[in-house]
Amino acid sequence: MNKRSSLRLTLLALAAPLAFVATPASAQETLKIGVNGVMSGEAASWGLVNKHCAETTADMVNAKGGVDIGGKKYKLQIVALDDKNDPKVSVTNAEKLTSEGIKYIIGPNIDTTALAVKPVMERAKALHFPYAFAKELYKAPANASVLGMVASYQVGPIVYDYLKTKKGVKSIAFLARNESDAKNQQTEGVEAAKKLGLKVVAETDSYEPGTKDFMPVMTKVIKTKPDHIVLSGVAPADAPLLNKAARDLGYKGSISTETGQDSKILAQVAGDKAKGFLSVGGASTPSIQSDHMKDFIAAYKKRVGEWNDEAGTKVYALELILAVLQKHPAALTDVEVFKKQMATFSMTNPFVKGGTTKLEFTGNADFGRRSQVGVPLVVNEFDGKDFQTLFVGTIKN
Amino acid sequence: MAQVLINGLVLGTVYALIALGLTMVFSIMRVVNFAHGQMYMLGGFVVYYLYGEFGWPFWLALPCAAGVLALVGVLFNRYFFQPVLATATREENSMLMAVGTALLLENLALTVFGEKQRGVPGVVDGAFIFGDVAEGGAILTYPNLLVTAVATLSIVGLLAFVQYTRPGRALRAVAQDKEAARLQGVDVKATTTLGFAIGAALAGLAGGLLVTVYGVNSGVGTNVSTKAFIMIMIGGAGVTQGAIVGGLLLGFAEAIGYDLLPGSVTYLLIFVAMIVFLVFKPNGLFGKPWG
Repeated sequence: MNKRSSLRLTLLALAAPLAFVATPASAQETLKIGVNGVMSGEAASWGLVNKHCAETTADMVNAKGGVDIGGKKYKLQIVALDDKNDPKVSVTNAEKLTSEGIKYIIGPNIDTTALAVKPVMERAKALHFPYAFAKELYKAPANASVLGMVASYQVGPIVYDYLKTKKGVKSIAFLARNESDAKNQQTEGVEAAKKLGLKVVAETDSYEPGTKDFMPVMTKVIKTKPDHIVLSGVAPADAPLLNKAARDLGYKGSISTETGQDSKILAQVAGDKAKGFLSVGGASTPSIQSDHMKDFIAAYKKRVGEWNDEAGTKVYALELILAVLQKHPAALTDVEVFKKQMATFSMTNPFVKGGTTKLEFTGNADFGRRSQVGVPLVVNEFDGKDFQTLFVGTIKN
Repeated sequence: MAQVLINGLVLGTVYALIALGLTMVFSIMRVVNFAHGQMYMLGGFVVYYLYGEFGWPFWLALPCAAGVLALVGVLFNRYFFQPVLATATREENSMLMAVGTALLLENLALTVFGEKQRGVPGVVDGAFIFGDVAEGGAILTYPNLLVTAVATLSIVGLLAFVQYTRPGRALRAVAQDKEAARLQGVDVKATTTLGFAIGAALAGLAGGLLVTVYGVNSGVGTNVSTKAFIMIMIGGAGVTQGAIVGGLLLGFAEAIGYDLLPGSVTYLLIFVAMIVFLVFKPNGLFGKPWG
């Protein structure tokens, strides 16, 4: 044994008792969950709601002493990083989170950041739950992404069919935020509407992110005289202004979007002018909330100060991650175990009342496998103050 | 086309008001205030809380927004910009300071006000209707008319102030030549502070006024600043009439562009046109010092 090895052994021997001091046998272990998404700028609510939801879940779990996995209680710790919707920052964040040994990351929020992060997740043998709809994230050979919510191409056809059969809508116009995600949603929406036999009168119109006065762009859309306007990929900050501009210009038809929105924002900014606006929600409306969802909303309000209806679609990812880990503790360190369970895992949806709705992974019809969190497809209608559940649909699986 | 012209006029007037504050600060201090959009955002939140949440009369809340932002401008100038400008030998230092203050304000706002879009009840409701928009008619809503009128009055008021009052003349003198103004007995430091305060107050006024039609959120600042930069680049940085013309041009370009072109092409063409324009006229339309 040379001098250097002897020194190492001595140092290790000295350090051993210190290690026990740092993590005594009774100390609670920590389970870190990452959140990587946009938390600043105009789209901040997308990532911040993810962060707030994860932190609220952590508050609730930790208040009960932690989450029980394989007979051990783990304290939940949320590590949230702002990617500013910038792919470079998102990649750096993902590298930082995975280098800390984090295996499960919620986010990012748009296609460009989610696609940029995918190779990092694959290299690190970690799993992320983007709120982005690009199919190549979820179809083989991609193997590190699980869609965290309902995609526009899943909800769109259901809403358009409802409008056509129940409301007599014949013509439809599409208006998108000028970003790759929103434009993709617009293209897919146009295809779905055409398949249903609807007349598409505007299919490429878009507005620049950051636009505040929507009268110019809405003037053009209204001139096409649509029965219905679809707002593709609009941010919660834009939706009330778009509704207001359309109504101010005398538009009498219906308006919808395929993303989650917040009723308070709609009420404050557009009020009655957003009446009848359709959007998606996971478990936001009181008519379908379970007691657990009500507790979650109370805890969310306690942490953040006020509820955001967008969170109704974002409560599910972490709940499902924890449920799978509890049932299959080996997935704590090996995401392959987690992935194997996705095909068959099923639990009672804790956020929807009645106890009969299942929460499982879905996505077979669109991705050829279950690589999507099975958020219920809830279509809400704004009544001028709050959302009311219009109907609950099912994603083909 | 009538609706497009109304849209352009409303948008252009609003843009002009936003750009005016930015160009004012630039003319007096030669500082590109990157925090101008964030100051606009703060003005919006002042009116949101005073008028929307606490029920103050709008016509009291609006000057309060200008006043609060004027105070923010004085403090920023006194504690951030003056020390940097006094010691820095390179222009980049003040630019970095401006970027820093923008980030500071935006992150503070996200922490204090949250991420949500906020709105307030309309001050007026209704519209002048000149036929069906889908059939070539036009609509001018009362809120848009009010915003245009207040923005126009504010612009005229500012122009009268700098033209006909003693402090206004001092502002113009400092903008034209600091040393000459000093030799004429102008208190340059106080005048510079006044200029920064007016620039910030204009941002606050614009934010407070426009929250009634557009709402406000913590992240709105960067886009507001970007558009304001475009306007003063077109009109000529540091020139009052340049900001007004730049604002109107951008407003009409946006309104006409959205009507005639696919949405995604409108801003692409605006940027291309601006680049080409600046190649031939790098100082903008009115490329001369303030005044």
